[in-house]
Amino acid sequence: MILWLRRNLFRSIWDSITTIVFGGIALWFIWISIEFVFITGRWEIVEVNLKLFLVGRFPEELMWLIGASMVAIAFWVAAVAGGSPLGTEPRLRLAERIVDYVRRFGLIFALAILLVVLSNSLDSLLWVGLLGIGVFAGRVVGRMRRDNKIIQKLPGIIWQPMIATPAIALVIFTLLESTLELWGGFLINFYMALISIILCFPLGLLLALGRRSSFPVIRFICTAYIELIRGAPLFVLLLLAGVALEFFIPPTISPDAVFRGITVFTLFTAAYLAEIVRGGLQGIPSGQIEAGKALGLSTVKINSLITLPQALRSVIPAQIGQFISLFKDTTLAGVALNLFDVMTVGKVITKQDDFLGQGLIYESLIFVGLLFWVVSYVMSKESQRLEKRLGVGIR
Amino acid sequence: MSPLSSVSARPKFWRDVRFLRWVFQLLVLAVVFGILYWIYGNYQTNVERSAVPTDFGFLDNPASFTIPGTDFDQSSPVSAAFVRGFQNTMLVAVVGIIFSTIVGTLVGIARLSKNFLVKTLASAYVEIIRNLPLLLLITFMNLAVVLQTFPRIENAWQPFDLFVISNRGLALPWFEGSGLILLLIFAASIVVSLVVMKIERARADRTGQKSRAGIFAILIIFGFLLVGWMLLDYSWTLPFVDGRGTTGGLRMDPSFFALIVALVLYTSSHVAEIVRGSIQAVHKGQGEAADALALSPGQKMRIIILPQAFRIAMPAIGNQYLNLTKNSSLGATISYFELTQIAQITVGNGSPAVPAFTLTLFIYLAISLVTSLIVNFFNRRLALVER
Repeated sequence: MILWLRRNLFRSIWDSITTIVFGGIALWFIWISIEFVFITGRWEIVEVNLKLFLVGRFPEELMWLIGASMVAIAFWVAAVAGGSPLGTEPRLRLAERIVDYVRRFGLIFALAILLVVLSNSLDSLLWVGLLGIGVFAGRVVGRMRRDNKIIQKLPGIIWQPMIATPAIALVIFTLLESTLELWGGFLINFYMALISIILCFPLGLLLALGRRSSFPVIRFICTAYIELIRGAPLFVLLLLAGVALEFFIPPTISPDAVFRGITVFTLFTAAYLAEIVRGGLQGIPSGQIEAGKALGLSTVKINSLITLPQALRSVIPAQIGQFISLFKDTTLAGVALNLFDVMTVGKVITKQDDFLGQGLIYESLIFVGLLFWVVSYVMSKESQRLEKRLGVGIR
Repeated sequence: MSPLSSVSARPKFWRDVRFLRWVFQLLVLAVVFGILYWIYGNYQTNVERSAVPTDFGFLDNPASFTIPGTDFDQSSPVSAAFVRGFQNTMLVAVVGIIFSTIVGTLVGIARLSKNFLVKTLASAYVEIIRNLPLLLLITFMNLAVVLQTFPRIENAWQPFDLFVISNRGLALPWFEGSGLILLLIFAASIVVSLVVMKIERARADRTGQKSRAGIFAILIIFGFLLVGWMLLDYSWTLPFVDGRGTTGGLRMDPSFFALIVALVLYTSSHVAEIVRGSIQAVHKGQGEAADALALSPGQKMRIIILPQAFRIAMPAIGNQYLNLTKNSSLGATISYFELTQIAQITVGNGSPAVPAFTLTLFIYLAISLVTSLIVNFFNRRLALVER
């Protein structure tokens, strides 16, 4: 213990001074944080408005649809993650495995418990349980895909839609049952990010391939698109979609703000994704392509069977990073397109009659930050873990 | 005659790859042009229907809004508002880039410190800030820190009587007199100190003595400023509270302060990660060689590791500079008068939306291009010249 202290905190006089100064700052900071969270903070503003934060003004009687969609989405994500044949992990015993899961996803559990406690209802506990079951079922199905000889034979083009169908069907059903104006809160941030991620993927791939194509015209078009989008601030593009889109489409259609947001996020992220995928494609030795040509494969087959799978695999961490930043950027849509998203909720609830002028902006914004932080942090840690498992940068 | 010679050497043109390639490209081009034409047609009909101007004539109209704290008033033209917005955007970008580079480098080095506490604090800083939305940071700084926690002007904080901090903004001590002459003197001092540094380095290389270039440069810059101050009768002013505002010193708008702090926090956390990764990517043998030469840890970092790390980090850091410049558009959400805010206000005041936002986008595009040209220039200067 003393040895550890000497080695890590008090190696020399300067080291000791630094330790004492920074230790003082850290202790002071920890103290005010604890004092604020447990003593002076007035968290009833979050407790009262929890539903607004999470789903906005979504009708109470349709809430089960959101819960069901979340379970289906959890199933889908777990099935994709569990079925990935990436790397090999050592077999762990049950106890070790539980420790591993708690370390990786403990923050998510903690957030779920916090939300259940804040919501004061047994229903929410039930939904959290169902979410857990959804994740577990997805993982089992994903593992079957990886290990079962018969299911392995199914081509991806059939398998991927199969595991996605419940989620997509439920989201569309929710959309049909309610109107988009009722959507709000964290739900809208989550859905906008999710849908944009799915939609930007094919576009990004095409742009990346187009930028490396041997056709000069296509190369020019793709390069121009990518560079124009990357030179523009997302916020201005969103404002443009809100104010100026009317000018560019026939007057008979006027898309909802959520659709405008999703369109801009998709077009924007596709340009960045294209650059990431291009980086992956450049890392592939030309021998791979030449081998494909020697086997007499067409360009389409070389891309879809040889280069793209390797390129996409090597840039998974960078893609996740881009998706995290897309998820965080969905807050911009709230301001630019007047959506009732979680940031907007956080700002307006301090002007409610019960809380007006009491200076509760700290409480409400910190809660919003917590929601984003937990999700982004867990995702970025998972992507680092994946990076290590894929051995990117080590080879 | 062999049967082969009867087959023409050239395939029929509809089976000729060269021909098909161009057909395919022209088809794609036609589709793209079709879409663009459709959009353009919609634009024309919509504009005619609502009688909105499509040219840039609106730039000469009176702006009919004021920017507090400047001489920009109701009758100034819209173009002047855009110039003002461009200046403010550049101000945020330059100040933000300088501070986030300094903070980011320090935090990045601190993450690799042998001191457990320093390492943990630096990691906590990076991991907390990096995973929060930038808009949240900006809103938090503006609504919670500046507007709620900073005191009203009547009982402003005045630490050491040098600063005035209130929810109407910050004021710092600053020089008084013509800013241009001061700037020229500063530029001259930098040029002279660079020349002296070069001579001093050459002398150190020739004689093998220790180079004192850094100390010389600092002394020269301070000497120049001091002499200039005395000769040109410069003085500095301290800010003090004057009724509902402050007089003297350099005044910062509250929104400027909130925006800069949030941008620097956010960007520096990204820069810190890049710096850390680059330091780790410097070959281990370099550090060991420095140890073998008995360089002190400070020298090892400054002379051996950091120059090589920055060579690796430069492209990624350049990307962060571009992001910071583009992210400064979020200043519009807290009413800081930068480019996007100006565009939003002028459109709200009746300027046509499409030309105004097109202009805005092109200005951002130009800033991005110039920034990436500068970064590429430094990148090439820093790049390893391979033999």
